[in-house]
Amino acid sequence: MSTKAADIVAQPETKASPAAANDETLTKAARVYRHRWPTRIWHWTNAITLLVMVMSGLMIFNAYPRLHWGDYGAVADPAWLEIRSTADDGFLRVGSVEVKTTGVLGHWTNAEGETKRWAFPYWATIPSGYSLADGRRWHLLFAWVLAISMTLYMLWSLVSRHISRDLHVTRSEWSPRHILHDIKEHALLRFPTGEAAARYNVLQKFAYISVIFVMLPLMILTGLAMSPGFNATAPWILDLLGGRQSARSIHFITMLALIGFFFVHMAMVLLAGPINEVRSMLTGWFTLPQPKAPKGDAA
Amino acid sequence: MSQLIVNRRSLIGGLAALPLLSGCDALNANPQFRKILSMGEVMHQHSQRALTARDALAPEYTRADLSPVFRANGSRMGDGPSYAAHVATGFRDWRVRVGGLVNTPLALSMADIRALPQRTQITRHDCVEGWSAIGEWQGAKLSAILAAAQLKDSAKYLVFRCADKIGGVPYYESIDLTDALHPQTILAWRLNQQALPVGNGAPLRLRIERQLGYKQAKFIESIEAVASLRGIGDGKGGYWEDRIDYEWYAGI
Repeated sequence: MSTKAADIVAQPETKASPAAANDETLTKAARVYRHRWPTRIWHWTNAITLLVMVMSGLMIFNAYPRLHWGDYGAVADPAWLEIRSTADDGFLRVGSVEVKTTGVLGHWTNAEGETKRWAFPYWATIPSGYSLADGRRWHLLFAWVLAISMTLYMLWSLVSRHISRDLHVTRSEWSPRHILHDIKEHALLRFPTGEAAARYNVLQKFAYISVIFVMLPLMILTGLAMSPGFNATAPWILDLLGGRQSARSIHFITMLALIGFFFVHMAMVLLAGPINEVRSMLTGWFTLPQPKAPKGDAA
Repeated sequence: MSQLIVNRRSLIGGLAALPLLSGCDALNANPQFRKILSMGEVMHQHSQRALTARDALAPEYTRADLSPVFRANGSRMGDGPSYAAHVATGFRDWRVRVGGLVNTPLALSMADIRALPQRTQITRHDCVEGWSAIGEWQGAKLSAILAAAQLKDSAKYLVFRCADKIGGVPYYESIDLTDALHPQTILAWRLNQQALPVGNGAPLRLRIERQLGYKQAKFIESIEAVASLRGIGDGKGGYWEDRIDYEWYAGI
């Protein structure tokens, strides 16, 4: 049985179904229309785009594997992060802490068995062989895909009320008690079932809001800040970010945060039911998970 | 122990990424796909030009912001005995020829360059590799040189030819007239209040402050005004553009 609500079915209980019918629906694995087509298209476009951006970005990083704060920074200036190599080993240094990373960073073996001493290994970069020029070509084209698709998605989210209905953190959700409860439930790997699963929980909202409205715009802003042409267009961006090399550092850190989101996202999909979750992002339809029945009382 | 983890992770990462990688590498080598990739450059060029006032200045800094060491990169020496002779004589006999689509071809000595309208600017040099250095440049305004040479209407680009060679080939670069006539575009002969060091392109290097470092041609011997870049090198407008496909428009 399916309940087609107007939206991601933010409030299925207040939409089509009275409480009694709702209860019945839930026991029969209710399906809800969870993701409208712009969400689905943007999700997969973004997944591919971000993968290309990260991998081509790591290639660009390989050309100068040091990060600085401030306006300037070159080999003679102090770097807060550095990937370096000696004849036999690779090292990652962050501040004053250095770890040996031979095999992965700074000193690794490519698919042909040749030893390379670039920072990030071949399997993490586009293209797999060193080419700053080609890494830039990929990065600077897909930057357009990222920026345009994100702008369209943000506009649609606003107009379609995706933001106000699905992502808006309600007053009750802001209560520390509610947030702590959600954190506890997540930590115990207990996920919402039934109608509660039709809506995003507050931690999910925080995660999606931070990606859509903080991390991705910050990636675009810090990326633009590194453009000497755009510095003439909008010099205030450099002032806001603390200089070009700071922008490059923030770009890198935000990339790591996005990768962090990716791994948490994958873990949550796997724990919450990967087939149902992936299907919902392909077709839009999401089957509400059943509450765990007390033993011997299966529906 | 940590070695073990690292190897296992790289193995898993490697296995997962292999089909993806070979796919991307195949696309990267495909001429049609490369044309699509190159659309990014055109879009950046046109959008930046559309959004930016023609004379909008690159950020300028103060002496307090200068890099302690201004890095010299790329060729750090002009080519051959003739360049060495110029170094020995303090570039007394250096001439910059200005020709091509101009009404008045010029051969400028360093004294001529110093007598032209000057501009001093503290700007940030951004290498395509990712590093930046801030330096104080002084030089002759390129717009003043072009005014003296009188560009013909058919001139659309300037080609800079240089006294350094990479892999046996003299370096060259090109810019369009928007950048050529920009107020910050100078032929710099001083860096940080000293004569321009050999490593940074003595006696003269181009500064176009809204683009990346490889556009800032060093050891400049001649400037040619042309209608098209088609006949220059392999036609992409610069040494690195022709060889490894760096963008001609290096504003990003």
